[in-house]
Amino acid sequence: MDAKIQRTEIIVPSPAARLKEGFRKNWYKFSRNKLSIAGLVIVLSIIVVAILAPYVAPYPKHAGKFVDYVNANQGPSAAHFFGTDNFGRDVLSRIIFAFRGALLMGIMVLAIAVPVGVFFGLLAGYYQGSFLDTFIMRITDIFLSVPPLLLALAIAAVLEPNLTNAMIAVTVMWWPWYTRLVYGMATSLKNEYFVTSAELVGAGRFHILFREILPNCLSPIFTKMALDVGWVILIGASLSFVGLGEQPPTPALGQMVSDGTRYMPDLWWMTVYPSLAIAVIILGFNMLGDGIRDMMSKGEHDRG
Amino acid sequence: MNKLHRYFLKRLFYSIFVLIGLSIVIFVIARVVPGDPARMALGPRAPQFAVDALREEMHLNNNLPTQYFYWVKGVATGDLGKSLVTKRNVTEDIKEFLPATLELVALSAVFVIMFSILFGALAARHKDKWIDSLIRVMAYTGVAMPSFVLAVLFLLFFGYIWPVIPVLGRLSAGLYAPPTFTGLYTIDSLLVGDLEVFWDALKHLLLPALALAVGPLFQEARIVRSSMTDNMTKDYLASAVAFGMPDRVVMGKYLLKPSMIPAVSVMGLDIAAMMGNAFLVEVIFNWPGISRFGMEAMLHKDLNAISAVIVVFGLIFVLVNILVDLIVAYLDPRIRLGGGV
Amino acid sequence: MGNHILDIRDLYVWYRTYEGYSKVLDGVDFNVNKGEKVGLVGEAGCGKTTTMRSVLGILPEGQFHIPKGEILYHGENILKMKPQELHKIRSEGMSMIFQEPSAALNPVFTIGSQIFDVIKYSGEGNSAGSRSKNKEKIREKAIQAIREVYIPDPERILECYPNQLSGGMKQRICIAMAIVTERELLIADEPGTSLDVTIQDQVHRLLRDLVDKKGMSLVMITHSLGVAREMTDRIYVMYAGNIVEIADTKELFANPLHPYTLGLLASVPKLTGGGVTEGIYGQIPDYLNPPKGCRFYPRCDRADHSCQQEKPPLRDMGDGHYTACFKV
Repeated sequence: MDAKIQRTEIIVPSPAARLKEGFRKNWYKFSRNKLSIAGLVIVLSIIVVAILAPYVAPYPKHAGKFVDYVNANQGPSAAHFFGTDNFGRDVLSRIIFAFRGALLMGIMVLAIAVPVGVFFGLLAGYYQGSFLDTFIMRITDIFLSVPPLLLALAIAAVLEPNLTNAMIAVTVMWWPWYTRLVYGMATSLKNEYFVTSAELVGAGRFHILFREILPNCLSPIFTKMALDVGWVILIGASLSFVGLGEQPPTPALGQMVSDGTRYMPDLWWMTVYPSLAIAVIILGFNMLGDGIRDMMSKGEHDRG
Repeated sequence: MNKLHRYFLKRLFYSIFVLIGLSIVIFVIARVVPGDPARMALGPRAPQFAVDALREEMHLNNNLPTQYFYWVKGVATGDLGKSLVTKRNVTEDIKEFLPATLELVALSAVFVIMFSILFGALAARHKDKWIDSLIRVMAYTGVAMPSFVLAVLFLLFFGYIWPVIPVLGRLSAGLYAPPTFTGLYTIDSLLVGDLEVFWDALKHLLLPALALAVGPLFQEARIVRSSMTDNMTKDYLASAVAFGMPDRVVMGKYLLKPSMIPAVSVMGLDIAAMMGNAFLVEVIFNWPGISRFGMEAMLHKDLNAISAVIVVFGLIFVLVNILVDLIVAYLDPRIRLGGGV
Repeated sequence: MGNHILDIRDLYVWYRTYEGYSKVLDGVDFNVNKGEKVGLVGEAGCGKTTTMRSVLGILPEGQFHIPKGEILYHGENILKMKPQELHKIRSEGMSMIFQEPSAALNPVFTIGSQIFDVIKYSGEGNSAGSRSKNKEKIREKAIQAIREVYIPDPERILECYPNQLSGGMKQRICIAMAIVTERELLIADEPGTSLDVTIQDQVHRLLRDLVDKKGMSLVMITHSLGVAREMTDRIYVMYAGNIVEIADTKELFANPLHPYTLGLLASVPKLTGGGVTEGIYGQIPDYLNPPKGCRFYPRCDRADHSCQQEKPPLRDMGDGHYTACFKV
């Protein structure tokens, strides 16, 4: 900005100071709710444990083809905190390895569904009223007209059951939500003055879509992503519960619960601990997501 | 014809369009599956001539659009094709299994509506007090528990440890299903005045319905709470307080009604979540509904059944959404009447 | 000072923000006599609304803090009242008209339903008689009030929802709600600001006439000295949470003393002279770290060292004219 035209003196802080101030403010908004911090701690711990699984799991070998009938069917003990399953495998170790698939699912699905959904949403929103808009949005409507889990189940069922296909199935049902979200924002943003003025100076479509409109949609997109990770993991666990995810002997959380039900109530730990693990990982991501939403929101309005 | 009527006619028109689109998507999914559906239907050891005959019967030798035409013609005339699992026409299966699922999802929806308003209003009323924190912790836990996990834990607890509520099926052994009017056991039994069956059917419904309801219930409770706390800062509430209206009027009338609108608006999504989760919950509780039927169809790659189930759920979901919109329009005069005198 | 209806003494109100307390009201003294029309004038964000909302106890719950001060209503401190007593004052003693009529009316209930409730819970609603008779009486009262604010066809208006009415109509309805039952004190928070200038004028005149007719007292919050001049007997000028000048309306315009008042007067456009008005340089101070002495000194051309050190108290300049400035 030209200093000459400024009448009042405004002290412009250095970029570093602004960054620090921004961080301080965001952290304040994020940490106002103590549950957000708890969520952050849970998620970080799970990520670290999942990455270091071969080092932190008490029995890394039990995550694969491993049989030890001598130690099978043991309840929780000092040697096996969460007990062992019908093959004698350590339930805790298998849960730790199962976190890997769950996290991978959450990350991969969003990494593909979000860009795809956002792209179509931008396109349809910017060309509102055109054939392209109708085409994209009606397809979106079709995907949104079936209960999401049902569609994912159906797609996963007709494909070969494995983790990749489960991720494909969830991705296919996930992108339309982002298309709809971005569509709503893009239709209103395209009439804003900054877009009109960019059009007037002859900016290209690519520039307008990705440099003018997209940056103004980012905050709600990130918020939704943060809140969605938990849901993706939940759907993934549901698929794996009916055998449409990671195949044995590789452990997956839903699959472990499902296996456990066959040995209820005697080997209750085979069901209960993986169930709790699912709840904890989703809980963590939900609380973290809420914190990020608080952080992204505009905050309290000024009063006087 | 007023604005609202036009709006709903438009919605209905779109819905038909969406359902046609859905049928194409389903059809494509069902036909691009690797493998020969006829071979899958008959098993690997069936003789080739039998497979060829079935291919002819299923129109599999025609091109895709023709196949789709035959299929849609079937759907329109109520012939959804033969199920590979039950060996019957899928239409028969749906007639038999759908009411059990409707009954289940309906009771869950009742739970969701009742308790979400109760919990949400309680939390908002006692914002930042211990009761708000308690409900928040319950909400976080409830939302984080997938239906199938809850169902399995219910099964473990009430099936083995503390068997006070029946966990499997729709009725206890020794009781006979009431004569079919609606197919919903609770309603049919009341219609014939058989309280014993009604009570038993209700008890059987309780756990699966709860397993489905808990997630959406707390999700909704949080929406109710946040829209209530939002609306608490509105001038119209300050105005009602400033006019000296008693708390129960301010909260129960001036705050509750506008705050319910956002919660009701997302009810369609909750029903969708419940219908999806019903697929796992019915399997776990051995509930003879269309979802369990659909789940088995999926695991057996029973394409006719899969397509039929998805179309039926799509139809129900579309109808539910229209119903939800109607309720929202009823609650919110801004939608119902638009602006201007 | 026995005939004050409302007497605010040394009131401090702070808001909680993430950076600490925003110290908005800084020792406000304010009173209203029976039958008097009082103006509370100052620019946006100076604490006018906060002052009056604290009177009715409708500050945002859990976000404010009152470290000090008293609000006496007929000698009773509102801040220390039990809920039932406060209810009684709100339902029978005072009413408030808000700045934004579309925000002040509940969008999902009919106008009728909202006016009926005001009557029903005012103490005038549950008189003797059968239920249906009572209902009929309430309805008549509401229709009467709508007529009093000059809206035609009251029967139809009762069935309308707020979004079916124009802004001016909505504000009239708000006025009708405020006068539909007998109350002593009416607080009007910039009732015209959100309306077109012509409508604004009508609303102000209507308000003044009704207050006179019913013998109510009025607190008129406004940012415009011109409006205050037309509507009031006595004016409080407020700056950044301080009352800086008090005087009878005529006296204030004849003999303005405080530099802020002078600035406000200078910023009113005049028909003669032409051109852009002078206005006041700068803006309202940061309430998180307000200036230690006079809150106006950063914008005051008369300020010197003493103004920075100490807060100027209100001084009696004779004839009920007070001002808070060392330099007068």
